[in-house]
Amino acid sequence: MRKFDTKVQYLKYKVLREVAKQAWNDTLLENLINIPKIIVSGKTPTMRCCVYKERAILGEMVKLAIGGNKENPNIIEVIDIACDECPAAGYEITDSCRGCLAHRCEEVCPRGAITYDHNHVGHINKEKCVECGKCASVCPYSAIVNRKRPCQNACKIKAIYINDEYSASIDNDKCIECGACVYQCPFGAIMDKSYIIDVIDMLKKSDGGNNFKVYAVVAPSISSQFSYAKLGQVISGMKKLGFHTVVEAALGADMVADAESRELAEKGFLTSSCCPAFVKYIKSAFPEMTEHISHNLSPMASIARYIKKIDENSKVVFIGPCTAKKSEVQLDTVKPYVDTAMTFEELQALFDSKDIDITTLEEDVLNNASYYGRIFARSGGLSEAVEQGLKENGIEDFTLEACICDGIEECRMALMKAKRNVLKANFIEGMACNGGCIGGAGCLTHGEKNKVQVDKYGREAIEKNISDAISILK
Amino acid sequence: MKVTICIGSSCHIKGSRSVVEQLQELVAENNLGDKVELSGTFCLGKCQQGVCVTVDEKFFSVSPETVKQFFETEVMAKI
Repeated sequence: MRKFDTKVQYLKYKVLREVAKQAWNDTLLENLINIPKIIVSGKTPTMRCCVYKERAILGEMVKLAIGGNKENPNIIEVIDIACDECPAAGYEITDSCRGCLAHRCEEVCPRGAITYDHNHVGHINKEKCVECGKCASVCPYSAIVNRKRPCQNACKIKAIYINDEYSASIDNDKCIECGACVYQCPFGAIMDKSYIIDVIDMLKKSDGGNNFKVYAVVAPSISSQFSYAKLGQVISGMKKLGFHTVVEAALGADMVADAESRELAEKGFLTSSCCPAFVKYIKSAFPEMTEHISHNLSPMASIARYIKKIDENSKVVFIGPCTAKKSEVQLDTVKPYVDTAMTFEELQALFDSKDIDITTLEEDVLNNASYYGRIFARSGGLSEAVEQGLKENGIEDFTLEACICDGIEECRMALMKAKRNVLKANFIEGMACNGGCIGGAGCLTHGEKNKVQVDKYGREAIEKNISDAISILK
Repeated sequence: MKVTICIGSSCHIKGSRSVVEQLQELVAENNLGDKVELSGTFCLGKCQQGVCVTVDEKFFSVSPETVKQFFETEVMAKI
């Protein structure tokens, strides 16, 4: 069964797994510089020009796997030596141009940027071109291509630029840490910082819960992950790693749906606060909209706050699909509740670092949240839950008009309209990743069926209503 | 007196919500709000015996069917 979508993810996984292995054995410090050679042994290169470059890049990946550059506050970092400096010429006419008579490209170009040589073959004058793409869309031979770097293409908020040395750089003031570039870079030159060694340290010091308990708060998108095993086996695996128990972040989502519906009815207009990348985007690109961000903590932080209330010596680790959560846990408002965050990719690496084959384990259970809390994992789920929250709270004089934004581009459109008071909605559900959390960069796999799996997991919840799920917390 | 009810997944499946609700009602009916503190926990490590309940650290296995009797013998009788 495939565990990952790409070989880049697999390489990152190998680094994380090896770092984790050494950390469990207390040998990380002495073996740190040997890890690249453990992963790429021998003399035959398998990915790059030579094994020395491969190892140099792996060395940089190891640094990120143990927390990365402390001076750079961004969770996402570019590994310059791994960046292949992909062509980024913009629109170009290729050899497929047949030198036709129609010249649709010339007609449609608003800047007169297209000229023809003696063979009637078109050329684009880069000084005039504004990259509108109209020429490419009308060419009957698809001869015009847009040479854009995959990282820049992935970053819809344009936080990636090309530096003086032609490698990719991230503008930290714009970056929302969604991780889209991490997942899309075909050379694995962008990576999210990892805090797995902190997790391992916590689990070791907890000593099976004797000293303090380590709780795993797991995102509902887990229902679409680890598809080679049963969800109950994943839960058993987490407990085998040393987590005291596993709690659904979806129960925190139920708490959010309840509170958010009341806050919305009171204020009349809100933008959601569940997705940390969306919240960061509003603060950096639409600061005038900040006052409309819901005051609720995210589902992760809401349930973690409850855990810390009932067990004040506990540690809480969030496990989800999200790179931006690693940044959210560092916020002053969240820091007291969540100790650290990791991704599903990193969880897979932890399992294998301890040689835990989850497919051989008994099935444990995971069932705290309601259907509505669970469907937060996919686009549209939050709005559905808020609608239900309004109903359960008996709020009848307020009608929800949700603008469901699937991906950061839709978020941008909605925020632009809201800023100018022309948005026909009173609630913006903003999810930075396409499809919602199931499209997160920290997922092992991404696929068409993920939404179906989340909905199925939602229907398997014992609690059918939000108020039933959260009644036990009061 | 502190009564802690496990609301972890395994106990939840065995009916901890009903146990919590019944205990809340019983405490209210008997005006014990200032004497009995009800609280939740995630997992007491004895999932097989759920719904797990502790009374001042002492462990009890309770179910939605036995909660009334448990309340009478272990809570009411000992206040």
